[in-house]
Amino acid sequence: MDYFDRFAIPHPSPVIYASMVAIGITVLAIIAGLTYFKKWGYLWREWLTTVDHKRIGIMYLISALLMLFRGGVDAIMLRAQLSVPENKLLDAQHYNEIFSTHGVVMILFMAMPFIIALMNFVVPLQIGARDVAFPRLNALSFWLFFMGAMLFNISFVVGGSPDAGWTSYFPLAGNEFSESVGTNYYMIAIQIAGIGTLMTGINFMTTILRMRAPGMTLMKMPMFTWSSLITNLIIVFAFPVLTVTLAMGTMDRLFGTNFFTTDNGGMDMLWANLFWVWGHPEVYILILPAFGIYSEVISTFARRNLYGYKSMVASMVAISFLSFLVWAHHFFTMGQGALTNSIFSITTMAIAVPTGVKIFNWLLTLWKGKIVITTPMLYSLLFIPLFTLGGVTGVMLGMSAADYQYHNTMFLVAHFHMVIIPGVIFAMLAGLTYYWPKMFGFMLNERIGKWAAWLIAIGTLVAFMPMFFSGLDGQARRMYTYSESTGFGIYNMISFIGALVLAVGFVLIVYNIYYSTRYASRDISSDPWDARSLEWATHTPVPEYNFAILPQVNSTEALWDAKKKGHVLFKGEYEKIHMPNNSGVPFIMGCIFFAWGFSFVFGMWIPLILTTIGIFACMALRSFEKDHGRYISVEEIEETETKLRGAN
Amino acid sequence: MKIDNSLPLEYSTEENRLKVLGFWIFLGAEIMLFATLFATYFTLFDRTAGGPTGAEIFEITPVLIETILLLTSSFTIGLGIHAMRLGNKKAMLSFFAITLLLGAGFLGFEIFEFVTYVHEGAGLQTSAFTSILLTTLGTHGAHVTLGLFWGLFIILQVKKRGLTPETANKSFIFSLYWHFLDVVWIFIFSFIYLKGMM
Repeated sequence: MDYFDRFAIPHPSPVIYASMVAIGITVLAIIAGLTYFKKWGYLWREWLTTVDHKRIGIMYLISALLMLFRGGVDAIMLRAQLSVPENKLLDAQHYNEIFSTHGVVMILFMAMPFIIALMNFVVPLQIGARDVAFPRLNALSFWLFFMGAMLFNISFVVGGSPDAGWTSYFPLAGNEFSESVGTNYYMIAIQIAGIGTLMTGINFMTTILRMRAPGMTLMKMPMFTWSSLITNLIIVFAFPVLTVTLAMGTMDRLFGTNFFTTDNGGMDMLWANLFWVWGHPEVYILILPAFGIYSEVISTFARRNLYGYKSMVASMVAISFLSFLVWAHHFFTMGQGALTNSIFSITTMAIAVPTGVKIFNWLLTLWKGKIVITTPMLYSLLFIPLFTLGGVTGVMLGMSAADYQYHNTMFLVAHFHMVIIPGVIFAMLAGLTYYWPKMFGFMLNERIGKWAAWLIAIGTLVAFMPMFFSGLDGQARRMYTYSESTGFGIYNMISFIGALVLAVGFVLIVYNIYYSTRYASRDISSDPWDARSLEWATHTPVPEYNFAILPQVNSTEALWDAKKKGHVLFKGEYEKIHMPNNSGVPFIMGCIFFAWGFSFVFGMWIPLILTTIGIFACMALRSFEKDHGRYISVEEIEETETKLRGAN
Repeated sequence: MKIDNSLPLEYSTEENRLKVLGFWIFLGAEIMLFATLFATYFTLFDRTAGGPTGAEIFEITPVLIETILLLTSSFTIGLGIHAMRLGNKKAMLSFFAITLLLGAGFLGFEIFEFVTYVHEGAGLQTSAFTSILLTTLGTHGAHVTLGLFWGLFIILQVKKRGLTPETANKSFIFSLYWHFLDVVWIFIFSFIYLKGMM
């Protein structure tokens, strides 16, 4: 039995045993349900083997929502533990594990797939393309992300969760101080998901650069597509750094190398540097697509062209460049010296300039607009003041001398939550509500949606504003408890209440999905928001080939021109359409990667070698495979088009 | 599939053009990967912790042989692509085979070099310097190894299916990859070996 001891949880508690049982029951229920309703074939044919960007986008979306709840439960547990002084709900080890997984899950397995979900669904439609450049690679990207996320999530029931923070700084993350396999999970699960993301970056850059509709020059692309292009550029240049860093961390833990160790010449600060050379651009990978969504939503519901299109593009290019030059501001206090700190302070504050340009552009788009307050617009309007709060506290943190006061306190925690929640999460929820009718053919209930938006905005303020104060008062982050005499109790109790309000907001969104699925009208037009760009020019639901005839474009707002100025989008006759075939290989390869990662985490070398061979066998198979895709005939297109037009 | 005959075979369809561009972007990511390794190397190269230094273990002869083998292989794959554009399948396959043989020779010398290092007490775990040295060289070596299998598959496919837009595209992309490994090697040769020996 010694062999199996390694899979045991190092710090078991009744909660973890209960989760094991819950996971077991859920898996059995899913298997039984699929068998009872005879859906295995449907699942395999329509979803697991699909290469359609729309379906892959929806799978990303479902995964992101699931992970949102995993990370959300973590958050509630953290806030509950801190709500009163000297609380005994969690011990120090569990608290460490939970704040580590909360960070990783929320950034890498919730926010990332959420933006990639919207990118997958929207970008090809918005540029008038029929799919992405490499549809099968896209499926592989998804399955690698998904398997990485699953591998990370089983850590808390098999072998132990990572407990060195989402940044996993060495030497804390080294073998000496993190004895369980938790940090191995961190290194390898993120590695697998990261490779998937890198391939997404390559895929979307190629798609946007080469597959735009006739007439759509770069400066006529909708703003979300622009933001996606810049984001993917950052992905391509930032993620390889993460790949190497994680590989070196893995080798330190499993092969005894000396990259980040404290003896034999290793340099622990190297991890911090390399991590943030990836980590800071990652922040902009999250926020730029969010800015893209806001641009779409604000110009649609202000019924005006986006103000300052060129300056929007220029500021994104500037942000992408600066994002690589600010990484040291994450550790001003770790002894680089005054000169280095000053340089990084200046580059950090410089980022506020292009960001400010964007804020003013949105405000000027709203100015004199005929504003329609829908749920997506409500999120966008709430975003501007709340994000500004997070942004200006960021500039405070960016001043290196003052940072000695704020570093590692709740002030920092408040800052980045005030940036990420109003910045990224509001945008994703706005995007979800905005694109929901295009994805599923009905609209989410506006009344429930607005309630959720207000609750989430108020919850964010109530949860995070007190942290600014307790942080300035000296409450350190990542401490599992504090004594009553510190006086932090009241701040943390308010934060806990805010977290509960946020939780109610998110539950309301789930209820809205349930409610609207049951009761919402299916009789909606293909353009229910009266929008401006090409994704609304095709039918709802979108046929698999997206556009029967490729659209002709001559401005940034092609559909608006078609509606208001008599521009003809679709000219010419139907022609047969070439589409890629479905394939099971990406899914199978994802499963092998999961087994590979699991073997690696536990240092099981024979399964590791076998699965490595399996991965290369899949690649060889792909090389020799003859797959020329298939054609959709003109008759088929005519039939589909007639049917869909009737539905509208 | 629309084939544009005014362009070389590897660029003749839209799918092929997409693949070539996608691969260039992938090479951009690869540059970042090696740049990270080099940055780490420059940070750690004098942290030998009492273990061997670069000057003590580097030997010019095997390194020069490796360099000559790899640079020549880059030349021969260029000839192979030239032959492919002329439609000379036999010459192309011969040049591809020579390229792979030179690559295998390179790899043989590199393995020999690694064994020598370990014998001299410069193993993966010895010091921060040896860790990053062997990781950087090893990453390049692993790329060459992958390239050998990839190249072999391409030779088999061209042999069986002839020069089609698909196989030509694969061969061309493989040649980009091979040239890239050569470029990386030039940096390794200059900044790891020559600088280390000085």
